[in-house]
Amino acid sequence: MDIVGNVLPQVLKDEATEDKGEMARLQSFVGAIAVADLVKTTLGPKGMDKILKPTGPGQEMTHITVTNDGATILKSMYVENPAAKILIEISKTQDEEVGDGTTTVAVLAGELLREGEKLIQKRIHPQHVIAGWRIARDVALKRLRDISTENDINSQEFHDDLVKIARTTLSSKLITSDRDYFADLCVKAVLRLKGSSNLDYIQIIKLPGGTIRDSYLDDGFILKKQITIGCKRRIENAKILVANTAMDYDKIKIYGTKVKVNSMDKVAEIEAAEKEKMKHKVDKILKYQPTVFVNRQLIYNYPEQLLADSGITVIEHADFEGMERVAAATGAEILSTFDAPERSQQVLGHCDLIEEIMIGEEKMIKFTGCKKNEACTIVLRGASTHILDEVDRSIHDALCVLITTVKNKRVVWGGGNSEMQMAAACEEEAKKVQGKQAFAIEAFGRALRQIPTIICDNGGYDSAELIQNFKVELQKGNYTCGLNMTDGTIGNMSELGVKECLRVKEQALMAASEAAELIMRVDDIVKCAPRKRERA
Amino acid sequence: MSLAFDDYGRPYIILRDQGQKKRMKGLEAYKSNILAAKAVANTLSSSLGPKGMDKMLVSPDGDVSVTNDGATIVEKMEIQHPTAKLLVELSQSQDAEIGDGTTGVVVLAGKLLEQALTLLDKGIHPLKISDGFDRACDVAIKHLETISEEIDIQANDNEALVQAACTALGSKVVSKRKRELGKIAVTAVLDVADLARRDVNLDLIKIQTKTGGSVEDTRLISGILIDKDMSHPQMPKEVKDAKICLLTCPFEPPKPKTKHNINISSADDYKKLYLQEQQYFVDMVKLVKNSGANIALCQWGFDDEANHLLLQNELPAVRWVSGTDVELIAMATGARIIPRFQEITPEKLGKAGCVKEVQFGTSNERMLVIENCQCTKAVTILIRGGSQMIVDEAKRSIHDAICVIRNLIKDNRIVYGGGSAELACAIQVLQYADEVSSVEQYAIRSFADALEGIPCCLADNCGLNPITSVAQAKALQLKENNPRIGIDCMELGTIDMKEQRIYETLSSKKQQIQLATQVVKMILKIDDVIAPDDY
Repeated sequence: MDIVGNVLPQVLKDEATEDKGEMARLQSFVGAIAVADLVKTTLGPKGMDKILKPTGPGQEMTHITVTNDGATILKSMYVENPAAKILIEISKTQDEEVGDGTTTVAVLAGELLREGEKLIQKRIHPQHVIAGWRIARDVALKRLRDISTENDINSQEFHDDLVKIARTTLSSKLITSDRDYFADLCVKAVLRLKGSSNLDYIQIIKLPGGTIRDSYLDDGFILKKQITIGCKRRIENAKILVANTAMDYDKIKIYGTKVKVNSMDKVAEIEAAEKEKMKHKVDKILKYQPTVFVNRQLIYNYPEQLLADSGITVIEHADFEGMERVAAATGAEILSTFDAPERSQQVLGHCDLIEEIMIGEEKMIKFTGCKKNEACTIVLRGASTHILDEVDRSIHDALCVLITTVKNKRVVWGGGNSEMQMAAACEEEAKKVQGKQAFAIEAFGRALRQIPTIICDNGGYDSAELIQNFKVELQKGNYTCGLNMTDGTIGNMSELGVKECLRVKEQALMAASEAAELIMRVDDIVKCAPRKRERA
Repeated sequence: MSLAFDDYGRPYIILRDQGQKKRMKGLEAYKSNILAAKAVANTLSSSLGPKGMDKMLVSPDGDVSVTNDGATIVEKMEIQHPTAKLLVELSQSQDAEIGDGTTGVVVLAGKLLEQALTLLDKGIHPLKISDGFDRACDVAIKHLETISEEIDIQANDNEALVQAACTALGSKVVSKRKRELGKIAVTAVLDVADLARRDVNLDLIKIQTKTGGSVEDTRLISGILIDKDMSHPQMPKEVKDAKICLLTCPFEPPKPKTKHNINISSADDYKKLYLQEQQYFVDMVKLVKNSGANIALCQWGFDDEANHLLLQNELPAVRWVSGTDVELIAMATGARIIPRFQEITPEKLGKAGCVKEVQFGTSNERMLVIENCQCTKAVTILIRGGSQMIVDEAKRSIHDAICVIRNLIKDNRIVYGGGSAELACAIQVLQYADEVSSVEQYAIRSFADALEGIPCCLADNCGLNPITSVAQAKALQLKENNPRIGIDCMELGTIDMKEQRIYETLSSKKQQIQLATQVVKMILKIDDVIAPDDY
């Protein structure tokens, strides 16, 4: 019914709903803020973890996840609210783009909307709010870039920065007590890549057992496979042939082929031919003179025996990723045809030593002294699979941040320093701007300041007092100050060595403000009728 | 009415299953139709103009999209009402024909229907109303042509085009970067435009999206970007002076269409077949290699063996390239699409300066860029943004801008925006109304009122007082005889749209008024709606 009382004809489908104006806005704010509030307790070094429990029947549904990683939490949540979905989306993008700051980005967007809601209540039009935010974002971004520093990639300072950044990232995770150890480990792994950004070369192996402390970085490459029985367990100066070929039997690839025989003799003949074909293939492989043969696919007993007889160590069933890593690490080419033994020098991979090792209770194959020394393996140990999974995610975050830093090179002080500086910049700008936008610029500053406030709150400190002191310190010109979360005071970040990557902050700021703007512009939400599903 | 009696008093059925059908007739039908259509127009009206708001749409599967584009909104609303659906089609045909002004056309239709409703209440016959609208529409169109101005699109570094693109982008979420994006769109269109024929093939502009970064990172690639990587991880990541072989046949043994069987009955046959099979692969690779190609792009997949042979022969290759990409690459590099290996000849290869893989973000996603193509008649706009929703909306916005630029290249006449053109037409139509002595006079006058509704709506969305600002602009237009006076949406302090440089294409405005009038006429001719009851 409209205002006058006319009954309006139904325009949308039966179960579809349409919310307009205030109602729509209210819905977006509530949803977005709820999501932000949900993850905000995980923020900072004293942030808490969440248990994620899948719903639904079945054995696999009982597997729970314990995590502190914003993207993981948000990804696994099922939400209906469209604005909340946008927040989850930006968190995911942050994860893909820089790998860390996934909580920050959702919390910042949520805080922006919380401030936005207050402005709307003051009867400021959303478009004015957006106009103000846009000014504020530019100002904040400029300040962020101004306060960042850059060191030469090969210098000792840069190396120190990397360690500090890794420490900062890891400090909010489960392994915070061992962060120095893991920071060092991550930096070493990343530096091996020599500037390449391919995380594939860093392999993470998770093995339950032992304690977190027992984790280590192995400079070689570890393949989670076993050497086939009857082969040598230790090969020095190995020549490796990496292949992706059928070693069970060769399918006939010509379409429409059928084998039709009319007597048992013929069957035997065909069988022999088939066997000969395989033998032929093995012979061709042997011409390359490898000492180790790694195949992605399964290897039947017959060819395996042939190869083993020639003193070649056989590894079968290497998965696709493993194969690519072996190939990359040892400098081998992945072969599928074997007609050019003269290229043997180019296609074979080399490494000094291949041996079967035991980690915990599992047998693995370790390649050391590879031709291309980029690949390495991080072996994670821990008391349970839940811990291992969480450590894996933390290490992944740290590695992503480090790689981003190596690419971007610029760093800022951590401990809320960058957020406070950006907030200060917004407030300075607000004083210069005429018109209603100024309120929005101030609000942007307040939202930014919420990040260190939440970090304080999570640590159980008096946030109001700390943040005020923080402000004063900055005002005094002490530009390296920040939150000391161990003592609950304002400390000097250069002494504490808390640094963060500029790119992560930049991306979080941009993504959060873009998302907040997107949600703010909405004045109408149309939900289509949900698709009817046939119950199976 | 569904039941009638013949001469002998026997009943017979005119409309079968009447009980199961919903039926509306006469004035009730008119009003119901108009109200439904108005409901749609009302939803869209707050999206009009530079300060228009966005709509959030949740699809049946729960996917969220946020948009300001009229055609997209009405499409995703999944409207069920039959008359309201006419408005959906109206918006879509504006989108297909012009590409921009999809919101405006629906809002105008809504305003016209609103006027029609009051006229119906006055007791004027619907057909008279529609006749009047028709005549008024002709007057308005004629007047639009007289007030339109020709602009020199190439003057001052294509400034006019950039401005027009900015006008189109101004209402979108990307409006902050409208200048940069506008320039990207202009460069893209001019790169592919055929200025002599005044035509632009929009297929040559590929819009690729990738989440991550921010809208500022959007850039123009003078080449083609395809979301694929090399078929073998160890193939070189960069090929300079590429000679591209475009294949639409798989690197696999042939599969004849005719159903056939190969029967193997002896071991010899078996061996022969094996050799034959091996030979296939070797031949295929050889044929490509011999032609001088140094990269092969294939629409289909490769067999493992073929893949390795390609690597061994140092022939980088890409598999599963989509059909549209294949065509685009063919146009850009001057390659001929080759459907059979036997037909590969050196002349059929395309040439490009460089083909390389680029990587984004931390997840291991790679894309392939083909740069410096032989015939640079294809470009890609790579859109970045903080989330999928922003990227999608940016894509729609850039599409709008590109359409506007194309229309300007086709026809370089413009009118000014900010509601000024509608206002000028309204004044003209109003004058004409007084000359008409029949009932249509009322309808014509209402048409003028409806046209005024557009600047009213603009002013409303911008937080201005609609009545005062429209009255002010109208008075000034009459006084100074200046059709460029409109609504100052951006609060720039001037209401002369020429000074604000708000350009809209004449073709778009003309189309808007014509299409809206047509649809309204159609709705006004419906006096009976018969639908199944459960619909």
